[in-house]
Parts: sequence; C-alpha cells; structure tokens
Amino acid sequence: MEGTASEAQTVGPASASGAAARVSSEVLLSVENISLAFGGVKAISDVSFDIRKGEIRAIIGPNGAGKTSMLNVINGFYHPQQGVITYKGETRKQMRPHRAAKQGIARTFQNVALFRGMTTLDNIMTGRLLKMRSNILLQALYWGPNQREEIEHREFCERIIDFLEIQSIRKTQVGRLPYGLQKRVELARALAMEPELLLLDEPMAGMNVEEKEDMCRFVLDVNDEFGTTIALIEHDMGVVMDISDRVVVLDHGAKLADGTPDEIRNNQEVIDAYLGVAH
Amino acid sequence: MFYREAGQFKTSYRTDQAIFPILQDKIGLVAVLIFAAVIVPAIASEYILTTILVPFLVFSLAAIGLNILTGYCGQLSLGTGGFMACGAFFAFKLTTAFPDVNIIIVFLLAGLGTALVGVFFGIPSLRIKGFYLAVATLAAQFFLLWVFNKFDWWHNYSPSGVIAAPPRAVFGDFYITGTEAAPWAKYIFLLAFVAALALLAKNLVRSRIGRTWMAIRDMDIAAEIIGIRPMFAKLSAFAVSSFFIGISGALWAFIYTGSVEALAFEITRSFQVLFMIILGGLGSILGSFLGAAFIVLLPIVLNIGLQSIDSSISVALISHVEFMIFGALIIFFLIVEPHGLARLWQIGKEKLRLWPFPY
Amino acid sequence: MPQRRIAIWILAVPLVIAGLGLIFQGLAGAYPALYFTWGFFFEAMIGGLLQGVMYSLVALGFVLIFKASGIFNFAQGSLVLFAALTMVGFIEFGLHWILAAAITVAIMIAVAIAIERVVLRPMVNQAPIILFMATIGIFYFLDGFGQLIWGSDIKILNIGIPTDPQFFLEGVFEGGILINSFDMVAAAVGAVLVAVLAVFFHKTRIGRALRAVADDHQAALSVGIPLKTIWAIVWSVAGIVALVAGIMWGGKLGVQFSLALIAFKALPVLILGGFTSIPGAIVGGLIIGAGEQVAEVFLGPIIGGAIQDWFAYMLAMVFLLFRPQGLFGEKIIERV
Repeated sequence: MEGTASEAQTVGPASASGAAARVSSEVLLSVENISLAFGGVKAISDVSFDIRKGEIRAIIGPNGAGKTSMLNVINGFYHPQQGVITYKGETRKQMRPHRAAKQGIARTFQNVALFRGMTTLDNIMTGRLLKMRSNILLQALYWGPNQREEIEHREFCERIIDFLEIQSIRKTQVGRLPYGLQKRVELARALAMEPELLLLDEPMAGMNVEEKEDMCRFVLDVNDEFGTTIALIEHDMGVVMDISDRVVVLDHGAKLADGTPDEIRNNQEVIDAYLGVAH
Repeated sequence: MFYREAGQFKTSYRTDQAIFPILQDKIGLVAVLIFAAVIVPAIASEYILTTILVPFLVFSLAAIGLNILTGYCGQLSLGTGGFMACGAFFAFKLTTAFPDVNIIIVFLLAGLGTALVGVFFGIPSLRIKGFYLAVATLAAQFFLLWVFNKFDWWHNYSPSGVIAAPPRAVFGDFYITGTEAAPWAKYIFLLAFVAALALLAKNLVRSRIGRTWMAIRDMDIAAEIIGIRPMFAKLSAFAVSSFFIGISGALWAFIYTGSVEALAFEITRSFQVLFMIILGGLGSILGSFLGAAFIVLLPIVLNIGLQSIDSSISVALISHVEFMIFGALIIFFLIVEPHGLARLWQIGKEKLRLWPFPY
Repeated sequence: MPQRRIAIWILAVPLVIAGLGLIFQGLAGAYPALYFTWGFFFEAMIGGLLQGVMYSLVALGFVLIFKASGIFNFAQGSLVLFAALTMVGFIEFGLHWILAAAITVAIMIAVAIAIERVVLRPMVNQAPIILFMATIGIFYFLDGFGQLIWGSDIKILNIGIPTDPQFFLEGVFEGGILINSFDMVAAAVGAVLVAVLAVFFHKTRIGRALRAVADDHQAALSVGIPLKTIWAIVWSVAGIVALVAGIMWGGKLGVQFSLALIAFKALPVLILGGFTSIPGAIVGGLIIGAGEQVAEVFLGPIIGGAIQDWFAYMLAMVFLLFRPQGLFGEKIIERV
C-alpha cells in the first residue's frame, strides 16, 4: 500500500485549503471521561476526545483497545459507568440506539449487521424508516399516499445504489452476497438514514486492494458531497493516514494519542504500542 | 417458453413494486380467481365445499395471521388456538348483544378485540425470545381457554353448554351462518372476505411495517440502529397477527362448524396452524395458503388411501399413521426445504421460465 | 453459589411458606368456600413438592439435551410415552420388570441413535427455531409410532411400588399429614437420578466433553470431540431419563397418550430453573409443583377451580419478566 499512500496524499483531504472549507471548528460530538467496564473487565478507562463537524476522524489501536466499545457507547448499545456524551450541544450520560438514530447517527458493524432475509433494496429501504410517515391503515390499503411515499423513498435509495454502484444486486437476498458487497450494502443502508454522523467499524476489513480503494473513494465522497462527519475504526494504516483529518489512538482502553495523522505517525508511544517500525 | 419475461420492461417503480410483476402471474391469478368464484360453486359438491374449501379458507386466514407473527416477525407463538377462541367468543357476545349489526362488522370488531388481547400477551416478547416466548404464548393459550370454559357469561348462560352460532345474513336473505346458509353462499362469502384480508396482509408486509417486522426477525439488535423501536414493532406484529387470527376463529365457529365452543381451539389447533406455516413457508402469504391446503387435504387423502388398502382399518389406527406421517413430513420439509412449499413453488416457477431448456 | 446466597435461600423458604399459610388462613376467614388448617396446608404443600419432583424428572431430559446441543427437545414428552409403552409392552409379554426395563433402555438408545442420524445430522447448521420445530415433528412421529405398535388403550404399569397413603405427625396435626408412599419413592428416585447425572457431568470425561459441546460446537469439533457420538450419547441418556420418568408417571397415571402432554408441564419448570441447569430443574420442579397444588387448593375455590391448567405458566411468565434466564440458568449476553 506504500505506493498508493504517497500518491493519494495529494488528492486526499490532507490538502490544507480543502480541509478548512470542509471541516468546521464546531464540535459535533464529544465524549468526556468515559469509563466502561463489564463485570471486572475494564473496556474503556477515562477516555475523552471530540469530533468536529465535517471531519473524518479515525480511531485506531490494537485489538481489544476498546474501539468498538467506544462506538457502541456513542451509539447507545453500551452505557458507560462514568463520563458524558455531548452530541449537537446536548449532554447525556448515555445514549439510546434509536434515539441516536433519530438524531442523525448511523453506523456499520464489524460483522455486517444486515437483515439477511431481505433483499439489498429492502435493506436500504429500512434505512428510510424514520423518514416514512404513513400509518398502518394507509399501508394496509397500499395504493394512494403510502405508495407515493414508497416510491419517493425508493428513488432516494436508488440514488444511493447508483452512488455505491450496487445496481446489479438490488434484488438479491443479502445473505447470498459476498462479504465485500455486504459491507457496501451496509454502508448504503447507513447512508439512507441521511446521517450527520456516520460511525464506520472497520469498513474495509477483509477487502482486497481494489475494493479498499473503492470504499475509500466512497467514504471521501460521502464526506465531501454530503458533508457527513465520519468516525472510522480501521486497521489499515495506509487508509487511515490517507483519508483522515485527525486520529485518536486507543490502547488497553485508554487514550494514547490524539492529533493529525502526521503527529500520530511520529508519536513514539504509538509506534511502540501499535505501529511498529519499518525494517 | 410461456413463462418468459422477455419484453416485459418495468418503466416505473410503481410497476416494479407490484405484487405480481410478471404478466403471466397476473393472468394466472385472475384465472384462478375466476375459476374459484364462478366455476367451483357450480361444479363442486356440497361435501367438497363444506369439508374442504370452507375450512381451507378459514385456516388460510389463521395461517396468514400466524405467519405475520412467526414468519415475518420471528416471534414464535403457540397461542393461536387461544386467540381464535377470543375471536369466536367476542363475535358471539357481540352479535347476540347487537343482533342488528352486520355480521361483517361483528367479525371485524371481534378481530380488533383479539388484537388488544394479542398486544397484552405480546408484552413478554419485549424481554424474552425464542422458546421462552413460546412458553409465554402457551400461558396465553391455556389461560384464555380456561376463561372461556369456566365462565358461563361467555356462553350466555346456556344450559346445555353447546352454543350454536345464530343465523346471520350479510345482506337481505344472503345467510352465511345458521342452518339456512347454503354451502355455496358460505364459500363465496369466505372467498371474497379472505381474499380481501389476504390483500391487506400482503400490502402490510411489503410496506414499511413489514420491513420493520422482518428487520426484527433477522436481527433485532441491529434493527435499533435504524431507529426501529423493538417494542412497537413486536407489539404491532402481535396486534395485526391476532386481528387476523381472531377473525379466523370467528369464521371457524360461525361459518365452518356452526357452534361456538372452546374445545375447538385447544393446543392441538395451535400446532396445526404452526405446521401450516412451516410446511407452507415462513414469511410468505402464498405459503400460508399452500400450507393450509396441505394440512386440510392430508387427513382426507390419508383416510381414502388407507381405506382403499384395507377397508376395515380402524379410525384409531388411521390417526396413528397420520401422526407418524405428519411428523415425518415436518422433519422431511425442514431438512430438504426449510422455506416450505412457497419456496418449492418459486423454484418451480424459475424452472418454468427456462422450460423447455434445462438451464 | 456463594455461601451467603445459600443461607439467604434457606432462611427465605420457611418464611415464604409461613407467610403463604398466614395469607390463606386470612382468606379462609373471608371466603367460606375455602377450608384451611395448617395440617391441610402442609399436606397440600408436601403433595405439591412431591408432584414437583415428578415434573423435574421430565424436565431433566430437556435440560440434558439443551445443555449438550442447544436444542429444545419438544419430543421429550413422546420419549417418555414411548419408553413407558415399550416397557409395559414387554411386561405384558411376561418379562420381569427389570428385564423389561433393560430391553427398553436398549431400545431407547437405538431410538436416540436413529434420531441423531436421521434428523439432527442433516440439520446441523439450521437456526435453533428450525431445530425446535423438527423436534415437534419427532414428537408426532414417536407418538403415532408408539401407539401404532403397542396400541392406545390405557395400560397399567405396576412394578411393585407401594401406593398406600401414610400418615405423619399425627400428634402435631389433627389427623396427621397424608403423604402417598408412591410419591415418596418417586422423590427418592428423582434425588438419586439427579445425583447420578451431576456426577456424570462433572466428574467423567464424557461429561466434560458434553459441557464443551454445549458451549460451542465448532470449538468442540476443533479439539477433536466427536460431535455425532456426543449427541447420540446425550439423546440416549435423555432416553433413559425419559424411561425413569415414564415409569414413575406411568405408574401413577397409567400409560396413555396424555403422558406425552406432561412435557407441557415441564416447560414452566425449565423457565424457573433455567434451561441449562440440572439443580435448576429440581428446584424449578419443586416450586412449580408446590405452587400449583397450593394455588389449586387454596385459591381455586375463590377464583373458579381448575387453576392448575394455567397457574404454572403464569408463574413462569412472571418469572421470565424479571429473570429471563431462570434461577440457575446462564445469563444471556448478546454482543453486537
């Protein structure tokens, strides 16, 4: 990935003027002094960081560092024993998943949490659930306002399908798709929610180089075109250095470092704990 | 050769999202409906109408109801019998208290009442899943039947304990319940009524709420991240499902057997309907019909078959063999095609599209 | 369980019993239909407890299979019926009951192997709900098959267990407390069975393998545990447990179709005790049995009678709401 890394630097968001326009200084989400434990096991110890509106924030660290747990806290699946989460100005001790969804937080999972019994299109349509208004009687009668709404949302989903280039599999049951495509469908579903904050948990895991480049392109486009703030857990350092504006490093549940990709790359502690040295 | 879609282009989402997008399917459906509505009543004997077609339609409705809950929403329920009893007894009390209200309204109201009961017994589903939920629904089954058996109020204090469904007409002299009702009248009414309700069900499952149910079934934890509230989704599944099942219970008592008794809705009934949706296909409206047809026809076929082998065979023996074959079939289907007859039907159609070519 | 917990339980039980007795005593004052004396109360309670042991015998079969394969075996009830029918059948041929029991054990093992090969093996990767429904299929099949072979009349299963009622503590309570000898024997049998199973699971190599399989099929396979053999063993043991349950229940009620429906009563027991716990099956059985009996005798006359149809289920359901995993079951943690 070395060659592509240096190449991509010139087109990535690291270019100063581009970043300034895209990333505001306003903080969209901040977590303060979060501590999370399961029984005796401490998953997160006193971690604080923030995410600015419009930026791409990477969360990196070795396995077991608490990265996914952190996303689960932001999302509302886990409730921290200590600390607060401030999102769009509102401070809370914990989030709830469907409230997070309502307020514009969408996410993908390491293990692809798609609805396997449904087709790609239906899965993406489920992302529009919160935007749909018709009540149960209208739905039972289908034709009329309900159908109009269905078609309207279908159009929106088709635009996402075009954007992510998954037209050919729109009627396929997702359980049958290869892993890489499933990840793309999951991203599509998250996008269908028109999120302000998009949480991606290892979106490129298990992909080959081409697929990763495609996924990078999609993530950058989402951030660029829609202004979506993105928090992303990723192990591929090339990707992280390429596309993120700022990086937070976790290790054994604690925050190790926080800064721009360059700062992180040269941080000795991070090198010792995670990055390693080139031989 | 006949079943090709070549040349059938969908130019709008509206046509793409139709229930039967392929033209041949549409024609097929219309043909079947015409056959069912016009030709069958003319040629079918009274026996076929009353012992096969009427129960088939009633069971189909019950199967649709259970399929919504178990097949689409993934909540296993063994309380179908109890909910059918609710529908039957609610309808009975309503129509005896208000004999002038049209019987269709009575059926619908009985369904709504059952929906409320369903929501109540669905509350445990918010905390428990899988077989545990099946146990909670068993509680509903036993408790409801006890209520209807124990308290004479439900039987209008009838001294004999056997209550006949009072004769009611849909309009004018068109009686569908009671002794004056002709078998063909019952059949036509059921055909129209069940078809309409099936359409409502199909619309629901392909709309937003249907997707919500399927999301809960497939991964209810992940469903929350899109903003689905599991409580609302599960309870709505219980409500809608119980609505259909309740109406089917009322139809059973009023139109099929003519008598309203709790005995008809025991635990064996719950299993019967569950088998229908397993064999027919979980998560398929068509499957509900196929499964109901299968379960209604099987004992009859078996009976005739065994009788023809040995005409002196005892009833008990037939029932034992029936049990065995039931059991074996369930296992066979679950191994070979867990998605039931509906999936076999789909595979058949796909093969038909290629016919006469092998692939 | 930690010592303090056990101590709390031991103290709580007599308090709860005493409390219930006082409540019913009060109710009896208000409702003339209700008859209450302390002797009668204890009699109902003990009768219920013994009945509960009988439930536990059936529940144990469920726990075994669920523990080892994660399958909720709906067919357990029909295994009980089939075992009882087979045993009675051989007794009617003139065999001594011990010999009949031995042959039945062999047959149950054969049934277990057949089930594993025909039903379980082809369905290895299916969702639990599909497997559950397959066991319903087995239930129907065994039911029909058993009655096809042995006939469906009620049969008497008499192996010499005394059935006369005994009176205890005649000095303390008027008339004494009536306890049926049969029930006492059943309780003893139950206790022995539980002890044997506990030893089997925790002390033997096979028991350890069973626990490994219960935890994670794939992991067990990867350390070389022969899954198919294990399952055949588990179902065989469940079959033997079913035979014991069948002997006890069949001796009490006669061997007939309704025996299979006893399985339905075992479900609330499992809920209370936890699906994966052997001691849970016993404790759950005791609570359900006692609760049901006491409710029927003392609440029944007030509400309308025949409460035992649904009381156990309601109790289980209430329990489920507060503690879905049961008293002793493993807490279900779902990870995303």
